[in-house]
Formats: sequence, structure tokens, C-alpha cells
Amino acid sequence: MKSVIAQHLTKTYRNGEVRALDDLSLDVEEGTVLGVLGPNGAGKTTTVRILATLLKPDSGSATVAGIDVVKHPDKVRELIGLSGQYAAVDETLTGWDNLVMFGRLYHLGKTASIKRADELLERFSLTDSARRPIKTYSGGMRRRLDLAASLIVQPKVLFLDEPTTGLDPRGRQEMWQVIQELVKGGVTLLLTTQYLEEADQLADEIAVIDHGKVIARGTSDALKKQVGGERLEITVESADIAKTQEIVSRISTSAIHTDIRTISAPVTTGSIALMDALRSLDEAKIHPLDIALKRPSLDDVFLSLTGHVAEDEVIAQPVKKKRGGKK
Amino acid sequence: MKYVISDVMTITKRQLLQLARIPELLVFSTIQPVMFVLLFRFVFGGSIETSQPGGYVQLLMPGIFVQTVAFTLASTAVGLAEDMKKGLIDRFRSLPISRGAVVIGRTFGDALLNILVLTVMAAAGYAVGWRPTSGALSIFLAFLFLFMFGYALSWIGIYVGLAVKEARTVQSVGFLVTFPLTFLSNAFAPTTGMPKALQYFAEWNPVSSMVAASRQLFGLKNEFGATANSWPSQHPLETSLLYMVLLMAIFIPLSIRKYKNTSL
Repeated sequence: MKSVIAQHLTKTYRNGEVRALDDLSLDVEEGTVLGVLGPNGAGKTTTVRILATLLKPDSGSATVAGIDVVKHPDKVRELIGLSGQYAAVDETLTGWDNLVMFGRLYHLGKTASIKRADELLERFSLTDSARRPIKTYSGGMRRRLDLAASLIVQPKVLFLDEPTTGLDPRGRQEMWQVIQELVKGGVTLLLTTQYLEEADQLADEIAVIDHGKVIARGTSDALKKQVGGERLEITVESADIAKTQEIVSRISTSAIHTDIRTISAPVTTGSIALMDALRSLDEAKIHPLDIALKRPSLDDVFLSLTGHVAEDEVIAQPVKKKRGGKK
Repeated sequence: MKYVISDVMTITKRQLLQLARIPELLVFSTIQPVMFVLLFRFVFGGSIETSQPGGYVQLLMPGIFVQTVAFTLASTAVGLAEDMKKGLIDRFRSLPISRGAVVIGRTFGDALLNILVLTVMAAAGYAVGWRPTSGALSIFLAFLFLFMFGYALSWIGIYVGLAVKEARTVQSVGFLVTFPLTFLSNAFAPTTGMPKALQYFAEWNPVSSMVAASRQLFGLKNEFGATANSWPSQHPLETSLLYMVLLMAIFIPLSIRKYKNTSL
């Protein structure tokens, strides 16, 4: 059964000047995680806002847990949890204050709200900071608290809009761990992200969106196959480029010569290919300026799917630049 | 719908909790009006002539009370705009709570704060010589009027906050509205000294009616108004009530509808 279905959603801002969603359709199977991957301005946040009843689409329809989001927003709100890109909690209040407040707003009784707040603080390792104002929290702690607030009542469908954007690597790791635990618990999750790695870690299926449309869909493996796996990238003095290309062609079947000093080539053997390349370069007395094994990035996905790199904020640019220009 | 009251109370309680968590907020929201009392009392008090028994401070206090509750417009608007900017309003809107609860709760929170501010100001006024001469009931009514006026204005604040969205802009808009309104009135000086056009504005200004009404209820004759012999200056109580009812009748439904339809 599909927990989330969006069909032919369109949304324009500024009286049609800016097209945020252009006939976007997607769905999420119950109990699975869909990663919506795309650059800033691709329409990720708009999609989430429509599904979470915060925004009405210009046309198209969407259901969450079988309920129409435009016709019965109140019923949908009882079934969803939403955690946005910016921790939407009262920063002057403590973590505990916030969770109890949200518990009350979900109409749990007073004691039930307190009990739930304590449980969630414990579960997200925030018990020690429960009585501190949120503005003293680290970025990662804020996000965890924000996530906790969206789990007050066990939501049927959880929306996480760029849950790790702006976090440092450690905060990101912590967030991933928390989300993975949720996923194990069987929640249906729609997650947006700019990071392929994140979608790879967390999502069962990935929908790549660009210019308000889904341009590719599949499991992470399938997408990666489409993009190509790891790539060896070597930069040398331009005089050495021909020789280097010859060396690389022995390791990879299709060496791509990207500019006068850099060679980029898909490899399948990972670090072994890297060591082979280094050894051969050394034998040939070529000293690389730079050599690296690169994993496919969002740019690579876009490059192979659309022929252009993931241009940051192409669409978002003309939209009101609030909260980092996410619309 | 049965949760409306509990939702509103939760939102109001949140604002009170904010005050408890940051006591500085409380201090600053009371310091400014007290500062106005002292400044006006001692800077203008000496140079403004009045035949009022007890001197300028008797006329001044109702003016400053009204000015202070009028600033509720700005504080409500700024508070709401900040919540929107931080995404808190989005979160509230994604919850299964009743439609008006968030904005109604905020107006209640600001109203409760006004009770405290008025109390502190009354004490400061008393300290510098303000002595209302009417009976207890009249004085109570005067404060009730002031309280209700602040409440009515905070609904304009809700609308401004939702419409303007950017906290800093909201702050400027708030001041742009409240400063001329409070100074183009009988609050601090007689309207007779103003150019003719401004006199008419001052006579019909809700702030003037409110100031005149509270002066009357505090037991003063309305010396600073009654220049153009206009209906509002003759009937300050009725005019003030009318303005309050009118403001709420317009801005409560307007603001709640705006809240429902607002999306950033």
C-alpha cells in the first residue's frame, strides 16, 4: 500500500513567474523510506510543504495515508510528523518545555505530555540538556529535539526536510543514526536531501528531482549504476598528460580526458586501482599534482541524468530569499 | 473543536514561560514605560502649564498608559513575525490544533503582560506624584479600558505580523504607526498648539479618545482635548468603546483568515 501519493503537482510562486513544481509525481510505499534528492531550488521543500498541508498546490493532488491533503488537511495533520530544515522550536524555552508544549498541542493530557517528553529526551540522548534553553544547544542537538517534537504521537508518515543540512560531520552522523533507528521501527519516511551519500545511507528508494520534476527514480544501487561507480581522478603537468592517459587506460576501460591537465576515469576496483595508478606513475617518473578516488556526487548524478551539473538555486534565486532561499 | 481552549492556553502559557526563562524580557518590557513616566514627568512636567490640581503628572499618566498599551501593536507583531521566521508557525500549522489558537493565544499572552506593565507603571506614577481622584470603581474601569484597548490593538499587530513577516520590518512598521498615533493626540500636550489639520486628526485619533476617557475615569477634567468641540472629545468613553469594538470586529476575523492562508 502506498502511504504517500503525489500526482501531477504544480506550484508557481510570484504569480507564475517562478515554477517551483512542474508536474511532479511520486509515491512512498508504506514502511519504506523515499529519499528526494535534488539541488537547492529543485522543489524539495515545496513538495514537503504541500504534503504536510502547509501549502496548496496550484494543480494536482496528493494523499497521505489515503487522505487528501487539500480536502482534509486537519485529518492529515493528525497522522504526520514534520521536521524541517530549520529547527522549528521555541529557542528561548528548554527542550523539556518544548516537548511538553507540543505534547499538549497534540492533545495528550498533562501527565502524558510530561511522560512522553521525558521518554523522547532519553531516546535522543538529550536528558542532560533537557532543562537548558534550546539556544544553548549545538546544531545537532537542535535537530534531534526538532525530530523528537515530530514524534510526540507516533506519526504514520514522517517528513524530514533536509535533516542534516548545515550540520557538521559529527552532527550528521548522529542524525543518521537516529533516523536509521526510526526506520528500523517501521515508520514511513519521506526525506529530502542534497547529499547522495545521505540518500544512500537512509533511503530504500531515491527520487531525483530537478526543476520541479522527478527526473529519475530507483534504488541507490540502480542510480549509481546509471551514474557509474567510483572514479579515479589524476592531475598532472600538461606535458605528462598523454603518458598518464595511457597508464590510466590500462586500469580503466574508458579514460575520460577532462582538460589539459586532468584525467577522470571510472574504476571498479577502488583503492587497488588507486595503488596501481600510483605505482605506474612512479615507474614512469610522473609526479601527479593531485590524485584521488572519487565517489559519485550529486553533481555526477545530475551530470549523467541531465547533462548539466546541479546548479545551485537556479530556480530558487528569484524566489524570496527567506530562510536560505529554500522554496 | 473541543480542544480550542486548551490549545489557546498552551500557546499563552508558552509566552509566560518565555518570560520565566528570560527574566530580562520582563525587565525590559517594564523599564521602557517607567522611563517614559520619569522622562515626561521631569523633562516636560516643569514647563507645561496646567490649571489641573496636582499638576502635569495627573494629565501625563493617562497619556503614558495609553501610549504603552498602544505599543502592544508592535510587540505582538514582532513576536509573531519572529515565530514565523523561525519556522515555529509552520510547525504549529502542521499540528492538529484549532485554527485560531496560535494567534488568539498570542494576544492573550501579550494582554497578560500588559496587566503587569500597567501595574508597574501605576506604581511608578504614584511614586512621582500621580493621584487619581475618582472612586475605586472608576479607577478599575479606567484600567479595564486601557487593557481592552491594548488587546484590540494587538489584533492589528497580529495582522501586521502575518502580512509583513520580516521581524525587523515589522518593528519599523509598528513604530511608524504607533509614534504618530500617540504623539498626534492629546496624550502629552494640548492639541490647541497643533496646526488646524492635525488638530482634527488628533480629535478623531482613537488614542485621544482613550486618553480623554481614562482622564475622565481617573477624575480629571479633559483639559488637553475639546478644542474642536468634536463629538469624540465630547464623548470619550463612547468613542473609545466604539473604536475598540470596531477594531476587533475588523481585525479578529481578518487576522484569523490571514493566519489560515499564510504560507511563507
